[in-house]
Amino acid sequence: MSPVSQTNSRIIYDALKASGVRLMSALPETWLVHLIRMAEEDPEVTLVRLAKEEEGVGISAGAHLAGVKSAMLMQNHGFLASINGIVSCAQLYHIPLLMLVSYRGEFGERDPWQTAGGGVTEDLLRALRIPFAYLDRADHVAPRIAKAQTLSLSANKPVALLLCRDLMWEEA
Amino acid sequence: MTRLEALTRVYPQLEQRIVVTIMGAVAAELQSIGHRPNFFYLQHAMGLASSIGLGIALSKPDRQVIVLDGDGSILMNLGGLTTLARYRPKNLVHVVFDNESLLSVGGFPTATATGSDLAGIAAAAGVPRTAAVSTLDAFTRAFAEALAAGELTTIVAKVEAVGPSAYVTDLSLLENRFQFARYLRS
Repeated sequence: MSPVSQTNSRIIYDALKASGVRLMSALPETWLVHLIRMAEEDPEVTLVRLAKEEEGVGISAGAHLAGVKSAMLMQNHGFLASINGIVSCAQLYHIPLLMLVSYRGEFGERDPWQTAGGGVTEDLLRALRIPFAYLDRADHVAPRIAKAQTLSLSANKPVALLLCRDLMWEEA
Repeated sequence: MTRLEALTRVYPQLEQRIVVTIMGAVAAELQSIGHRPNFFYLQHAMGLASSIGLGIALSKPDRQVIVLDGDGSILMNLGGLTTLARYRPKNLVHVVFDNESLLSVGGFPTATATGSDLAGIAAAAGVPRTAAVSTLDAFTRAFAEALAAGELTTIVAKVEAVGPSAYVTDLSLLENRFQFARYLRS
């Protein structure tokens, strides 16, 4: 069994559905495996598998313009790879994005290759003035996803939820 | 063929369809023929026009979507061609105007000037229908066939590297964006 929490992935997925999300873009990463499988098996959700995360900005923008609520599932390195699209599509055109970003490289990270991205993620979110919150406990998940989406839609701008190790990973 | 001639020729078929363009000459030239609320011009984020078209096509499966792309833009999102091909929306026609250059920033040659074949790349990515055209009549025919085919099509149209005298128009970006969203949701 993968130590990625299936229980908490389900809570996240159900909260996205409850917020009206009907299209999800994703690029696989370890912490996202259950979320991606749930989207894949859900006939009510269109899952768009990407080659690179920045495409997801365009796909979510198109869905929003057409009146469909969407979410982007990505690793923080995928957020790094998306920055031009976030700025020059979503922010320039006042388009809401609900970004769920797995926060690799924070305390507890064992993979050396994840550590550089972890160290700059929050600074970049602040530099881009993207409102963000942590998802680090199961009881936070549903209200924070709902509130993040509310702000994203009222402000017409990208928001981010950082999926933290304490929520996503069950191994001590 | 110039891009303006090609756009003028197919304009009647664009009028009632959802159209997403890239920045620069394509946007300015289409506006010079006539802006409509169903036209959206992505004035930055090079590469993402095709991704926006995919997002709209998946969200509005009963409406035909036309993406007017360019060689410089699609070269920034070649991976996106594999995503288009993966979902191959039947209601999406993807036109790439290939002038083999980055016209609006000095005309420096793109990789298509040295042989990169965008129609071949699209076909190899898995786009089910592709066409490469270099005359106005061939473009007009390929465009009509793509609209009738009901299958994802990428048309690469070689055009002269000429553009409008100015790129900034009096249509503000946000006016265009909110008008377009209102049109799509109505």
